[in-house]
Amino acid sequence: MLPNQQEQVTLDTFLRGLWEENPVFVMVLGMCPTLAVTNSTLNALAMGLATTFVLVASGALVSLLRKVIPKQVRIATYIIIIATFVTMVDYGIQAISLDLYNALGAFIALIVVNCVILGRAEAYASKQRVGASVINALGMGGGFTFALLCLGTVRELLGKGTILGLHILPAGFQPWVVMILPPGGFFVLGGWLLLFSWLRQRKARNARKTVAAQGVPAHGR
Amino acid sequence: MNTQPQALPGTPTAAMLRTLGGVATLSGLLVVLAFKLTLPRIEENQRRATERAIFQVLPQAVAQRAFTLTPQGLQRARPGLAGEVIYAAYDAAGVLQGLALPGAAQGYADLIKVLYAYRPDCACISGVKVLKMAETPGIGDRVSTDAEFQNNFQALDARLNAAEDGLAHPIVAVKHGSKSEPWQIDAISGATISSRGMAKALNASAGRLLPQVQRQLAELQAAGQETLATPGKAPNDRSGG
Repeated sequence: MLPNQQEQVTLDTFLRGLWEENPVFVMVLGMCPTLAVTNSTLNALAMGLATTFVLVASGALVSLLRKVIPKQVRIATYIIIIATFVTMVDYGIQAISLDLYNALGAFIALIVVNCVILGRAEAYASKQRVGASVINALGMGGGFTFALLCLGTVRELLGKGTILGLHILPAGFQPWVVMILPPGGFFVLGGWLLLFSWLRQRKARNARKTVAAQGVPAHGR
Repeated sequence: MNTQPQALPGTPTAAMLRTLGGVATLSGLLVVLAFKLTLPRIEENQRRATERAIFQVLPQAVAQRAFTLTPQGLQRARPGLAGEVIYAAYDAAGVLQGLALPGAAQGYADLIKVLYAYRPDCACISGVKVLKMAETPGIGDRVSTDAEFQNNFQALDARLNAAEDGLAHPIVAVKHGSKSEPWQIDAISGATISSRGMAKALNASAGRLLPQVQRQLAELQAAGQETLATPGKAPNDRSGG
């Protein structure tokens, strides 16, 4: 996509965030909640959904106001908008479940400084129409939630032998406690990043092979 | 912004002020709206969490009432009243079963907050529930899950001294397997600091609150019948635990 150009809303507007520009696995943004609150599937899901709500709501409002926000104060304005929705999410989670609120702790308030959100506001919502911004934010939020779930399920499964509190592994399994501790976050993230970049490389190699097979000279290998 | 000499031409201060002011106003309205809408649910959640904890440490009780310990003495808890909140728990006949008291002390990672049951009839602590902690999963957090450690709190001695201004024996955590006195807590091997945190929380809170509670026992007992008769505080919500 070229900068400063109105994008046509297509399926790709949504899907990009899920896969091609996945905020965690491709752009490696928003690492703080990714590592900190993925010690259980439920926490990962809650954090993903909370971030998605903030992404969509702030994306819509930034896009709506994009023509009246002077360039000099745009970051300050985005932060106010994002902080507003984060505060609303904070109250919302307290109303839904105090246990969940205690488990997520300070990381709900820290959604404000999640670079995925500010990045979307600056790079996308401030230039695009409301519809495109909302769809793109939904995709990014979906991709973020997906990535957090990837980490959360693996960490909970290995660290406690459960998924969403249900016992999956046999009773004799000795939980790898390190997986639900901070180092486990790095191990699992590293594993997923390895897998995804291997998949990307393989895809690129296959694409090159296809091009070569069709007789078009490929770039040097 | 006026002090900035290099303010770009074409972007008047008024536009910036208008935008920031407008966005901030909108933000304030949304936050207040969210606060007002969620407040009843949040208060209900907090009340239920407290009640669940009280009935968990005092399972024989069916009704509870909150009091605030103020410098002037015991008062019915109400919002805005400064002082420590304690909970008196009663059985179906309105007889005082025990008190649920709050305590807190530094653990290994962060403050450990507990609610513990004090039974005046045996002058002992009969149960402890960890309300909030950040102890290491699988190691320090066993203070709330380890059955053997929890056994320390079946009848932990919390008698007052002769002057009734403190505990007769300080509650202390001792090395695993070396508990010899009823006021000692047998620490979890490998989680000594978390165990000590629990002991410190109980010792500090009991030493401070129990002398005051002891003086008000008659009043706490008298409030029992009234608590049972008050509608709305009915002993219904005992789910979970």
